[in-house]
Formats: sequence, C-alpha cells, structure tokens
Amino acid sequence: MATLNPNIPSGPLDHKWEHHKFSSKLINPANKRKYKVIVVGAGLAGASASATLAELGYEVHNFVFHDSPRRAHSVAAQGGINAAKNYQNDGDSVHRLFYDTIKGGDFRARESNVHRLAEVSVDIIDQCAAQGVPFAREYGGLLDNRSFGGAQVSRTFYARGQTGQQLLLGAYSALNKMIGNGGVRSYTHSEMLDLVVVDGHAKGIIVRDLQTGAVTRHNADAVVLATGGYGNVYNLSTYARGSNVTASWRAHKRGACFANPCYTQIHPTCIPVSGDYQSKLTLMSESLRNDGRIWVPKRKEDCKKPPAEIAEADRDYYLERMYGAFGNLAPRDIASRAAKYMCDEGRGIGETGLGVYLDFSAAIQRLGEDKIRERYGNLFAMYHEITDESAYKTPMRIYPAVHYTMGGLWVDYNLMSNVPGLFVLGEANFSDHGANRLGASALMQGLADGYFVLPATIATYLAGVKPDKRPATDTPAFKQAEENVQGLTKGFLASKGKRTPGSFHKQLGKIMWDHCGMARTKAGLEQGIQLLGALREEYRAGVNVLGAATEWNQSLEQAGRIGDFIELGELMCRDALMREESCGGHFREEYQYTKEDKEVQDGLVNPGDVKRRDDEFAFVAAWEFAGEGKAPVLNKEPLVYEEVKMSTRSYK
Amino acid sequence: MKVKLKVWRQKNRDASGEFKTYQSPELNPSMSFLEMLDVMNEQLAAGGEEPIAFDHDCREGICGTCSLVIDGKPHGPHKGVATCQTYMRSFKEGDEIVVEPFRAHPFPLVKDLVVDRKAFDRIQHAGGFISVRTGAAPDANSIPVPKEAADLAMDAAQCIGCGACVAACKNASAMLFVSAKVSHLGLLPQGQPERYRRVKAMVDQMDAEGFGNCTVTGSCEAVCPKEISLDFIARMNRDYLVALLKGDAKKPSGGGAG
Ligand SMILES: Cc1cc2nc3c(=O)[nH]c(=O)nc-3n(C[C@H](O)[C@H](O)[C@H](O)COP(=O)(O)OP(=O)(O)OC[C@H]3O[C@@H](n4cnc5c(N)ncnc54)[C@H](O)[C@@H]3O)c2cc1C
Ligand code: FES
Repeated sequence: MATLNPNIPSGPLDHKWEHHKFSSKLINPANKRKYKVIVVGAGLAGASASATLAELGYEVHNFVFHDSPRRAHSVAAQGGINAAKNYQNDGDSVHRLFYDTIKGGDFRARESNVHRLAEVSVDIIDQCAAQGVPFAREYGGLLDNRSFGGAQVSRTFYARGQTGQQLLLGAYSALNKMIGNGGVRSYTHSEMLDLVVVDGHAKGIIVRDLQTGAVTRHNADAVVLATGGYGNVYNLSTYARGSNVTASWRAHKRGACFANPCYTQIHPTCIPVSGDYQSKLTLMSESLRNDGRIWVPKRKEDCKKPPAEIAEADRDYYLERMYGAFGNLAPRDIASRAAKYMCDEGRGIGETGLGVYLDFSAAIQRLGEDKIRERYGNLFAMYHEITDESAYKTPMRIYPAVHYTMGGLWVDYNLMSNVPGLFVLGEANFSDHGANRLGASALMQGLADGYFVLPATIATYLAGVKPDKRPATDTPAFKQAEENVQGLTKGFLASKGKRTPGSFHKQLGKIMWDHCGMARTKAGLEQGIQLLGALREEYRAGVNVLGAATEWNQSLEQAGRIGDFIELGELMCRDALMREESCGGHFREEYQYTKEDKEVQDGLVNPGDVKRRDDEFAFVAAWEFAGEGKAPVLNKEPLVYEEVKMSTRSYK
Repeated sequence: MKVKLKVWRQKNRDASGEFKTYQSPELNPSMSFLEMLDVMNEQLAAGGEEPIAFDHDCREGICGTCSLVIDGKPHGPHKGVATCQTYMRSFKEGDEIVVEPFRAHPFPLVKDLVVDRKAFDRIQHAGGFISVRTGAAPDANSIPVPKEAADLAMDAAQCIGCGACVAACKNASAMLFVSAKVSHLGLLPQGQPERYRRVKAMVDQMDAEGFGNCTVTGSCEAVCPKEISLDFIARMNRDYLVALLKGDAKKPSGGGAG
C-alpha cells in the first residue's frame, strides 16, 4: 500500500498557509542554483512555475510537446479567472470564495488546499495585471468583473473571450524573460515518455524529440508535472486534440497514485455533435449564461419546429423553474444533467434531439444588440463559423460535452505526489475541485500552484536533498526507463494491425461516453470494464503505425497516447464503480434524490439531484498501479473538514 | 461532396518535395477543413500510405498551431478565420484544392505541411515581457488603465502567433507579429519602463532570424486570422526610431547601498 500523508499544517484554517510558509525550510540563495528542477508543461501551471522557480535561482529545465510554450491548452480558456478581490463590493471575501469552491465541489475536496487557493487568488490578479495582461476595464480604468456559475457575486476577471490566451501570454512572457537570461532552458517539441525513479525518488525523465525522434535522458533533483487534464479519453471533448494523459499515466505506472479518476466535468454549453467525422466539440463560454436563457419546448411535438414558431408560453425555462436562486447560473454538473433529463424526456431540439436552446432575445431586447456584441461578439462569431447560424437572430443550440477532469495524480498539501520529489500542478493534480469544478477556477488554480504554492513548498523537499548529488543519466534506472520507451516504440512500429490509432480513439471515446459518462450504473460500468479490457488486447495486436521512429511521426505520437488512454479508461470505470454514491459530476443513477426524500420535500433539492453518502465515501480514492494485468490497489485519504460542515448541496 | 486535393509532400527538411494529388472520399459540408484532412488520412493509411503531416491543436482558432496555405492563401478563403475554423461548405463539389505549408526562410520545413516557427519564440525571449518578479506586484487596481488604452492593447494582444503574416509576405517580414507584441505591452502603463529597450531588442532579434523588410503591401493584415491592424507597424516604427535616438541606455554610476 502507498503511504498517503496529506501533510496538512496544524492550526486554524485561515492561518495554515501563512504558518506553513513561515515554518518551512529555506534554501540558501547560493545553494539554489545547485538544484536542477525539471518542469514538464508550460500551460498556466507549468509556465508560471518555471518562471518563478528560475527567478528564485533554481536551474530549471522546461519541456513541452508543443512547438512553443504559448500553445499549451490553457490558451483556449474563454470565460475568465476568479479572485476574491471584492472590487465590486458585493460581499465577496476569501472565505466566500473558499466556501463556494468547497460546496461547488460537493464536499469532496481537501479543505486546507481550497482555502489556500482562495487566499492566493488575490495575488494572482495583481501579478497578471503587472505583467500586462489586458483584462477588461471599466471607463474609470479599473478592472471589470462578471459572474460565473455557482456563485452569487461578481468575481470573475476576463479579457474579452480569450482570458486563457491572455493569462498564458503573461506567464509565457515571464518564462521568456527567464529563458532569455539563461535561468530556464526550454525544450520544445519534446515529449516526456517516462519518469525515472531512483531509490524511490523522482530523479529524471525520458524524452522523445518529436522532430528527430531522438530519445534522451534528463536528470534532476525534482520533477514537476504540469501536463494538463485527461478529458480526451472521451475522444470528443472541448480539449485541444493534443491534450493527453501520457505524462501522468507513465508516472502512475512508476508509483504515483491516481486520485479520483472518475471525477470528470461535462460542460453544459457546447455546440452539439453534427457527425461521426467530428474531431472536437467547441465550448460556448459559461459567461453566456449571464445573459442567455436556457429552454426546451414544453411539448415533444414542438421540438422539430423552428424556435421562432414556439410561443413564449410553450417554452420551458427549466433551470429557472428548477433552481430559482441560481437559475441559468446553476453549477455545471447540475445544468448538464438537467439538459440530459430534458433530452431523455424527448424534449431535446435539433436534428439529433440532443440539444437545448440558449436564447439571447430577451437580453438583446433589454440591452441592445451592440451591448451583446461587445460582450460576446467573438463567441457569436465562432458559433456562426461552425453552424452557419446567427445567434443574434435565432437561439444557439447547445449540449453538454466533456470539458475538464477534476481527478489527477494524488498530491499532498505541498503538491508533492506519494513519490518523493515528484510534484504535480494544475489540472494534472486532483486537489482543489472535489467532484465538480466551478467556472473560472481552473485558471486560478493553475496560476496559484505555479506562481505561489510550488515555489514555496518545493524547498521542504529540496532541503533534504544534498545539492549536486543527483544521479547521473548512465545509472541503471535511466537505462531501464529509456529501454522501456524504446520498447514501446518498437512494439507499435512492428505491429501488423490494420487500424489507425485514431479509429481506436473513436471506439474508446464511445465506450467511455456510454458507460462512464453523464449517468453511470453498476451494470454499465461493469460492462465498460469488459469492453475496455477487450479493446486493450485488440489495440496491441490491431494498431497500424506507419512511418519510422527517427522522424516526425504523428501516428506514433498518437499511438502511445491512445494506448495510455485505454488503460486510464479502465481505471476510471473501476473508480466510478467503487464509488457507490453520486457527487458533483459523478452521477450514479442508483444514488439520486426522489420525491420520497425529506430534502426534496423541504425544497432543498430536486428529484434527480445527486445524493452523496458521506458516511461511507467521504474520502479521496487514490489508486495505485499494481503491475500489468493486475487489479489496481485502492488507497483512501479520509476527508476531514475542520471548519466547513458537510451539508446537502442546495442551489434552489 | 467530393474534392480533389493537391498537397505538398516532403519527407523532411533536406528531402525534395512535390505535389501529390488525391481524390477525397465522400465529405460532409459541415466538416472542418482539418476534419477533411483527418478523413483523407484515414483513407491514405488504409492504403498503406503515410498520412499527410499537418499541425493543429485547439481547432478553435486560438492556439495558432494550424497553418496551411490553401489555394494560395494562408489560412484559406475567409478573412479573419484560421484554417481550423474553415469549413468544407466554403468549397464546391469537384473543386481542386491546393494545400501547401507556410513557406518562409525563417520557418524551416519539418515534414509535409509542418514548419518550425521557433524563431517567433526567440524574438520574444529577447524582450517580449514586462519584468516583474512574482509576488512583487502592487494591487491590480492601483494602476488604472484608461479603457481605450486597455482595449487597444487587447486588440494587439489577440495575435495568436501563427505566422500567417510571414507566409503571406513576399519578403517574409515578421513586422505585423512583432508590432502586435510590442504594441500590446507598449500601450499599457505597466510596459513603459522597458518600452524602448523592448522594441530595440525584439526588432534586432527579428532581423537576426532572417525575416525580411516591410514594404507595406498589407498582405499580412489581409490574412491575419485575428485581423491585427497594420497601424501597429507604424506605431512600432515610431518606437523603434525613438529607441535608436535614445541610444543604448547609460549604465548607472556604481555605488549603491553596499
Ligand atoms: C475550451 C476550454 C475553455 C476553458 N475555459 C476556462 C475558463 O474560462 N476559466 C477557467 O478557469 N478554466 C477554463 N478551462 C480550463 C482550463 O483552461 C484548464 O484546466 C487549464 O488551463 C489547464 O492548465 P494546465 O497548466 O494545468 O495544463 P495545460 O494548459 O493543458 O498545459 C499542459 C502542458 O503540458 C505539456 N505536456 C503535456 N504532456 C506532456 C508530455 N508528455 N511531455 C511534454 N509536455 C507535455 C503541454 O505541452 C502543455 O505545455 C477551459 C478549458 C477548455 C477546454
Ligand atoms: S488549431 Fe489552434 S488555431 Fe487552429
């Protein structure tokens, strides 16, 4: 069994972080440059961490599979970033942001981490503004805010519809400065394919140069993974096509526990699927729910009519009806499930019946088309390009799609995994969002981890490591890891199968969506596990990878990533099967509120809402790899709430 | 619908390349251009031919990874739209579509339609930042930024770094890209202290990378997926001149706090 010590500092919740920083060990400035730290990833988490560690004096080596750090998937975030600045004077505070996030996560996140996140949120905005991130401003020159789901205050900062790109450019510029002055060495088009563990500690990585195919060994005193989320296990998602789980998965196989893999977020407002050739689903930012109203026809018979022909009285604004206090701004898991229920009832719209309307006509009447254009112009343009329809004239058609993964590698309060020396940041770790992430909180977490948390906590590990003593790359562990990578590549190229990696990805995605998607059941998950086991065997024998190992080879890259996704998929199903409760984005049909429940009668929740079972499942499920073909081992970290009372999550 | 594709195929940087023509399978007009290439690649792989290498990632017009010159135009037929957001409904049944990589000396070819655009990163290593140590920033609202300046900076900051401007320019000039970067930071109060040092360093690196001169034909602006304005080039030129007039910054005299 793995040892999972969350290392939560003692003391009152709102003093833990200050106290921890103060009592942590420091490394003398002259010694810092003797420590080499590898950071894999340059999204918000990896770029901010690399730049800051280098500013502190560590020797940083940064690796990305992209051709430039600026292209990390963080670039695609649209809506915004939360911070408890209370610039709107609407009653926000660190405590409120903390509480909203814990409640939003359905009481399945670690309390101390979330509180720290809320505390440092305010520093993030200061840092970004100073770097020149062009946040939206009011006429007085001060920063503007908007609201996001799951909150009743306006605390979201944004930069038109491209907050992610602007924040990433900020972190990238900080990284550039440190690359320019030699503090960071940047390796692009470089994919990490294995973690090297020496005497139980993470001491290096194996990397393939995507342009030349060269495989190289890199040693370090600590390894940081900031490699993003794994939603592409579903094939169709709002993620960039290149996002993958390989770095995390291979670290998992070297001993790092994978926590809560089944916690995935299905985002309610995406453009519906149009055909089987489809390669990606496009998000329509949650910010649209500030002004758009979601509805379906009251009657099935109306579903195929053009929306303009459906009278106001015949429309069901179901979120407003079901979740009065939050209405269209209900959290994502709730809004997605509600859309699913409408479609299950046969009231879905569009050709496939898998869609609901997001309607701006009321807002356009109230504010004018110009105001709506100013707020969402680029999103409306994107919608138009994809669907050939104008959302100024007719309601958008939307449907839920896979968007984010709350699960990830297990980390302690210091963001260190159970493998000493291996740190995990951003979407790749599991720690802050519980079973459901609130909108605009992923950007916040990535930058919190990279700018403020890791730079303070990494010293607690490095202080125990002798400087200049890292193992050389010709030691056996490095040799073995490189052979492992070379062996995988050889296996793919030697396979005499007939199908492309991409065709397997589609098949995998369908199994995952059908069996481990928005609604899960015991029987469905058991069947999913069987199908995935068979798929894994079929993949080994049946995949066809053309080209060579020593050149640019996108099929080979894909082959490795999809192989890992198939294995991860199985673990996700096992996790979902083990978790016999519903919470946040994890919905087990067997565990939902019904009319008979007191909470429904008291008006706290609706029938069909998720039903937690705190007595048995208030824990983090951290899965340990037990070897090829062996069942993974479940470790549990109990969730202990010192300050918050676990309660029924009500948004009515 | 079906189309014919005339695609540039080249094994690597040193190999010689050639156009090859392929007949597409049945397509749906709602497919994106890249989805069409996916489908085409499935067909090639089934016949044992290596898939066409092309760059892509977000497929929603923001990461700047996709490239392609389609029928002679970087990012294809539509103004203000990247290749990944171009849909097959923009083409007609039976069209022959010519697909080439972004060709420019500072963007060496990697394979088929993929080029290496790292020169853009190196320009930014030289000066594309505001120096601010993490944790040392003042409260974000302590420096108000007039909305007009913030909006204009945002217009420049929209650049996705795809390199279409370079591919469109007969001189392979990177002026539109560099000017967008320089203007984004130079328009904000936070960017003032390093304003002239920044423009000098970035322009010098741009020249060192081998990008050509700007002769203001505007072909860059015409293909930019984010419609970055040529006005930023004029703004950069002004800043660059001032930087030259100022000369290299004087070293402060020694001493200090000791
Ligand atoms: C369409 C969309 C919109 C979103 N909008 C918002 C929003 O408005 N607000 C919000 O808070 N969140 C939003 N999110 C979520 C948020 O963008 C992400 O969770 C977050 O940006 C992840 O950042 P990251 O740094 O952890 O990882 P990423 O940005 O995914 O970066 C991963 C990095 O790791 C590298 N990498 C990965 N594997 C390897 C490997 N094996 N070897 C080498 N390098 C590797 C990649 O090159 C990349 O640099 C959105 C997500 C999507 C999909
Ligand atoms: S693939 Fe990202 S901009 Fe086209």
